[in-house]
Amino acid sequence: MGNPYAGLTDYLAFHRAETNYRYRTENHFDVAKLRAAHRLIKETAFTPSLPERGYCYRGLYINIDTLEVKEQPVTQEMKDIFIGGRGFGLWQLWHAVKPSTRWNDPENEIVISPGPMSGITQYPGSGKSIVVSISPQTDIPIDSNVGGYFGPLLKFSGYDFLEIQGKSKTEILIFIDGEKGTISIEECPLEPLDSHILAELLTDMYAESEEDRVNISVVSAGSAADHSLIGMLNFSWFDKRRGCIRLKQAGRGGIGTVFRDKRLKAIVIRRPGVKGDLNRPADFETIAKTGVKLHRELRSLDPSQCVMRRNGTAHIVEIMDAYDLLPVMNFQYGSHPETHKVASYIWDMRCTQRTSDGCWYGCSMSCAKGADGLTLRTGPYKGQVVTVDGPEYENVGGLGSNAGIFDAEAVLELNFYCDTYGICTITWGTICAFVMECYQRGVLNLERTGGLDLSWGNWEADLELMHQVARGEGFGLIAGLGVHKMKHIFAERGWGDPGLLEDIGMENKGLEYSQYLSKESLAQQGGYAMTNKGPQHDEAWLIFMDMVNKQLPTFEDKAEALYYFPLWRTWFGLNGWCKLPWNDISPADNHLRHEPHKIPEHVENYLAMHGAMMGNEITVEDMLNQSARVYNFQRVFNIRMGKGLRIHDKAPYRSMGPVSREEYLSREERYDKQIIDEMGLDPTKMTLEERMAAHRAWRTGRYEKLTDAVYKRRSWTPNGVPTYDRLKELGIDFPEVLEVVRPFLIPDHI
Amino acid sequence: MKTLQIDVGKCDYGRDCAHECEAACASKVFKCDDPSRAALRIRLLENGEGRAILCDQCGDCVIVCPADALSRNKQGVVLLNKKTCVACYTCVGFCEKHAFERNPEWLLPYKCIACGICVKACPKAALEIAEAPTPAPRII
Repeated sequence: MGNPYAGLTDYLAFHRAETNYRYRTENHFDVAKLRAAHRLIKETAFTPSLPERGYCYRGLYINIDTLEVKEQPVTQEMKDIFIGGRGFGLWQLWHAVKPSTRWNDPENEIVISPGPMSGITQYPGSGKSIVVSISPQTDIPIDSNVGGYFGPLLKFSGYDFLEIQGKSKTEILIFIDGEKGTISIEECPLEPLDSHILAELLTDMYAESEEDRVNISVVSAGSAADHSLIGMLNFSWFDKRRGCIRLKQAGRGGIGTVFRDKRLKAIVIRRPGVKGDLNRPADFETIAKTGVKLHRELRSLDPSQCVMRRNGTAHIVEIMDAYDLLPVMNFQYGSHPETHKVASYIWDMRCTQRTSDGCWYGCSMSCAKGADGLTLRTGPYKGQVVTVDGPEYENVGGLGSNAGIFDAEAVLELNFYCDTYGICTITWGTICAFVMECYQRGVLNLERTGGLDLSWGNWEADLELMHQVARGEGFGLIAGLGVHKMKHIFAERGWGDPGLLEDIGMENKGLEYSQYLSKESLAQQGGYAMTNKGPQHDEAWLIFMDMVNKQLPTFEDKAEALYYFPLWRTWFGLNGWCKLPWNDISPADNHLRHEPHKIPEHVENYLAMHGAMMGNEITVEDMLNQSARVYNFQRVFNIRMGKGLRIHDKAPYRSMGPVSREEYLSREERYDKQIIDEMGLDPTKMTLEERMAAHRAWRTGRYEKLTDAVYKRRSWTPNGVPTYDRLKELGIDFPEVLEVVRPFLIPDHI
Repeated sequence: MKTLQIDVGKCDYGRDCAHECEAACASKVFKCDDPSRAALRIRLLENGEGRAILCDQCGDCVIVCPADALSRNKQGVVLLNKKTCVACYTCVGFCEKHAFERNPEWLLPYKCIACGICVKACPKAALEIAEAPTPAPRII
């Protein structure tokens, strides 16, 4: 490793910025003129109400084409089977679409649902919303778990979900006033699209006073969502101390693209008077005590554990590098000599400390760090001083190391533009890594990229590519289609070997991989490719358990983990919780507990709070069953939309092993040892090509075996289809569900 | 800044008093008869030692409050804005002295405001409101 203090003086300015984190370029707009251009096209009154034991018992449906606004009942059956959040979203979406529905059909919906636990203020990570839609990238349901204040404010206005269908003919926004009880659909022709401006503008416009700004949350996308399939949604909250809006992202799968295709510019909610008991739980005291316990744990242990409060998830950058798990240059390598330039100590200095950074009240884990005082060097906002949210680990890995970029300021600028343009940082990171490797290998060149030199580490070209997406021009239009489509475009144009493109294109089901190098973690390979929505680590982030903590040593352990953890993690999305406070902090005596990797005391916390909200008691088995209903339902939903089978859980070889000679040679000692230990062969008697072929056979073979074991544990057929017995056992054997799986079930499984 | 301070040589931790300090705080500040609601706690431990839990106005709670509901007044005393507080109890959990209080009956947490009512009530003259330097904000 080089000198970790090299270039440190560059950061002295940011210590100064800490004392003035309110300093940024102000964007001045004639708000009166913008507002005057609004045309109210629909206004509906509703009766605001508070939830009872976490539920409002109604959802809000808005068709932005027909302007129909109606309330949808939340029935006991919905509650029992789908719980809320992602479950409600999938259930509403199921009824809205047909097997032939694609992302840009009017019947496709965006459903935002906060979940019954969302909005409690006492336990860290309890303000989440889950957004569900048919993805432009995968053509199956995508679910994205997002912070920001929108979900809780929606629920405290009186709705368990917001369901938007149809396509508007003009640019519109929806405004929900949860105090006055009005839902307005307004044409809004003049507002700019980019989120850091739009969310601030609309917060000011719809707040009734300066103090009222904390009661506003805005959902918006950005100009790049208009010209790509990888658009994402920003959910805002007003940061009182900084005096500006902050953004959290529903990033994966292109929901922002759906949003903009519907010509939605924003959804604004206002709901004053947030207090800690608005969910009206059956037993507030249990939730309060559990919350205080975790606050104390974070206070005493976070500084010696994950340091989330100072660095957010970026605390693991150097850990990943040390374990050869950091994605470098399109997942070719797992570490890099320059990682120290984007390591956590940089973010510790670069993020403003001494302030509160939770994306919902009471989140004392506070990982939503803010890097203030960034002067932009490129693009339409060049020269402006801005606040950047994050960067999180995924952004450092994706926008940084995976593109060979080890310049912290460049990572921040990439992060800023991804957010404001409304594109997913993880997706963009893997897209750029792919096109840069294509450039390295001659699949792309200056002519094919329209003059962009996409060499590793060229952050200016990376940013220009992103600006092209936002402007809807040049090679950016191709990059914005995502890795899956690019692979086929490049192959069809004869630019590269289709086999190589399949190997190095890090996508599954059409979604780009998130930022962990899974070659040496079989469990994570499955954790990525055997997901419902595509390779996103929020379903099964097993790499740390597997590779760092060595908690999954056997094949059976890995298969069991791929049963338990996707269900456990699904539960967060059903309830409106964030999973980070589950295992990014551990009780001091966690290592003494049985199955410490499950963080048993924290599981007990969640079960206790869930019971306290509902007025009942649930066990781990109950929890797993709740999740399994939705998880299996989503699998069937995938099958209904044309995916969801074994072939769709196939992983690109880059995620499993060394594709290229240089990859092999860079870790030759490790790979040769595996040939001896795992395959019983003698590498000294094999050519490099033979050794690489032996690895490919071994690695793909064990992945297939893992697939068999995981499917069996999940009670799926070898083709990945939930069996009739399993669907019946879970109580989701509805006729329309059975109709989907019937053609795929051989008689033995019916 | 103004802080409540205790002379541990004078306080007898309830051995020979009726916790008048807590009773006065509860009744006059919080308008209730239950001394366990007081914003200070004086305890005699089983091992015979005494313990006083007092807010020293360190200001850590001001930094961690997500609602920006805590601030120092001109005297440096940390005060809670009840209108802005959302009852997340981050202040309670992050107080190293365990001096930010909550109880099952009240939604909002509460703390010592260095008003001096307990000082006047103490029969041992063990409490006083004293001036202390305001500490710099910490990274927590």
